[in-house]
Amino acid sequence: MDWLSFTIYPVYLMIFMCIYGCLAIGLNIQWGYAGLFNAGLAGFFAVGAYTSAILTTSEAAGRLGGFDLPFPFGLAGAMIVSGLIAWPVGKICLRFRSDYLAIVTIGVAEAIRLVAKTEDWLTNSARGITGVPRPLGDLPYAQAQLAYLAIVGLILIVVYLLIERQAHAPWGRMMRAIRDNERAAVAMGKNVPVRRLEAFMLGSALMGLAGGLYVHLARTITPDAIDPMLVTFLVWIMVILGGSGNNRGVLLGAVIVWIIWSASEIVTDQLPAEFALKAKYGRMFLIGLLLQIVLRFRPEGLLPEKLRRAPLSEGALSPTGHGARIQAPHKEI
Amino acid sequence: MILSCENLTLDFNLFRAIDNCSLSIVEGSITGLIGPNGAGKTTLFNLIAGALHPKSGRILYRGEDITALSPDRRFHKGLVRTFQIPHEFHLMSVLENLMVVAPAQPGESLFRNWLDFGAVKRAESETLHRAWSTLEFLELTHIAHERAGQISGGQKKLLELGRTMMTDAKLVLLDEPAAGVNRTLLRKLEEKIALLHRERNYTFILIEHDMEMIERLCDPVICMADGQVLIEGDFHSVRSDPRVLEAYLGETSGASA
Repeated sequence: MDWLSFTIYPVYLMIFMCIYGCLAIGLNIQWGYAGLFNAGLAGFFAVGAYTSAILTTSEAAGRLGGFDLPFPFGLAGAMIVSGLIAWPVGKICLRFRSDYLAIVTIGVAEAIRLVAKTEDWLTNSARGITGVPRPLGDLPYAQAQLAYLAIVGLILIVVYLLIERQAHAPWGRMMRAIRDNERAAVAMGKNVPVRRLEAFMLGSALMGLAGGLYVHLARTITPDAIDPMLVTFLVWIMVILGGSGNNRGVLLGAVIVWIIWSASEIVTDQLPAEFALKAKYGRMFLIGLLLQIVLRFRPEGLLPEKLRRAPLSEGALSPTGHGARIQAPHKEI
Repeated sequence: MILSCENLTLDFNLFRAIDNCSLSIVEGSITGLIGPNGAGKTTLFNLIAGALHPKSGRILYRGEDITALSPDRRFHKGLVRTFQIPHEFHLMSVLENLMVVAPAQPGESLFRNWLDFGAVKRAESETLHRAWSTLEFLELTHIAHERAGQISGGQKKLLELGRTMMTDAKLVLLDEPAAGVNRTLLRKLEEKIALLHRERNYTFILIEHDMEMIERLCDPVICMADGQVLIEGDFHSVRSDPRVLEAYLGETSGASA
């Protein structure tokens, strides 16, 4: 065994952390910035996974594609298709208040899963799609994993930077205003339905990207591989625990929750077989308990949304700083 | 006429909140809108601002029929409102509450934030300048970085007024700007309204229960009762009209069929 073999497990964990980071940022745009309660992450994740699989695999009889396109096209396709699917869903559902929106999006995710399960021509139904290529996937296993971690990590950094820019720009401010007080935002000239749809599509595109990243890791996808427990609810816990409205917070949440989730798997794997099934529910209980504790003692999350003090323009405002020197256009009476 | 309402009617289930109501607002005026509680003043504001849509009748704003326009479209035409109960963006700072109001910000476009960030920054610097000037005008600079949800009720009222200054408003609907504001702050608020009227040529419609403030600021004054315009005229003639007294004291049976 060479030293690389010791990295296999941590690398595997970190790849998933990055994928979850993508999902968490996507959900943070929808919930943290726009206040949209999307409980159908698994659906958009699945759309992304299947899209990228169909685009990048080689041609197969009996189903759509494959188109043998390179990896980046698969990911771009995953984002575009997920974003486009979010359009009609959002167009119909975003009128609902948050709890209803949650119910409807769960339904949409389930509908997407059933389509994947039954539509032979599109997804090869329950048999799924196999042989999904991975960039640098021909290297020995440990190296290939490491290379993929580098790719996924790089993509996550780019996503983080691009979304952080929006969060600090007037776009993010407008979204937070809509979330804080919809009536006032409308009265102040913000086109709320269009903006919500924008946030919903952007977030869903990132969920699709995460799906694409996952499918190239797993190299195969079946309708039942995407577990709403793992894809939807775990991500929600990451966002709430980390601190919704703060991208760094939700990334921290992704790291912590995924470590706890994986560590609990190591523990339960040691148990005798007759307890293994029960232990699976024990892990879910553990995550639920964690959520309860966070909501009870730190509802704003570990890294809460920050009050933004320094606007974009050069020089932070302070009573003695840049701002105070600005001459008021009106004289005092 | 900057605004004309023609035969507006609005029902809340069986209750007729606005009943065949017509009124006109002269450009450059500060029109007071008074009337007993439940007369339909705030409902009328909601109709003018577009938060509610009338069952019948139409609204003309600067000669254009805006009856079907959404509130955000009306805002961009210079028709701006404040809320009776302050509707601040409570998790955002006071400064951000003002900055977010600025219309047509390039930074509200996803693509320009990614591809044309220089223009966004320039516009943002202007928005900041304007927001800071507004804070200075309102004498609120010391709370610029407080969360808007945590400032006092009177300060929230000032913030509501401040938001109307972040755009090139033409007609401003002020819904009880003085309610819950202490006397010192009240005089300041009044001065600000008069100053905005004088220097920026804002036309105001002002709902208020503070009759001294109405007397000092408003001409003409419109009194509403039971969803209709009862009388319009200068302050003294309206106040001395027996019908107005009746409406306030509730001597009429009130229930309109």
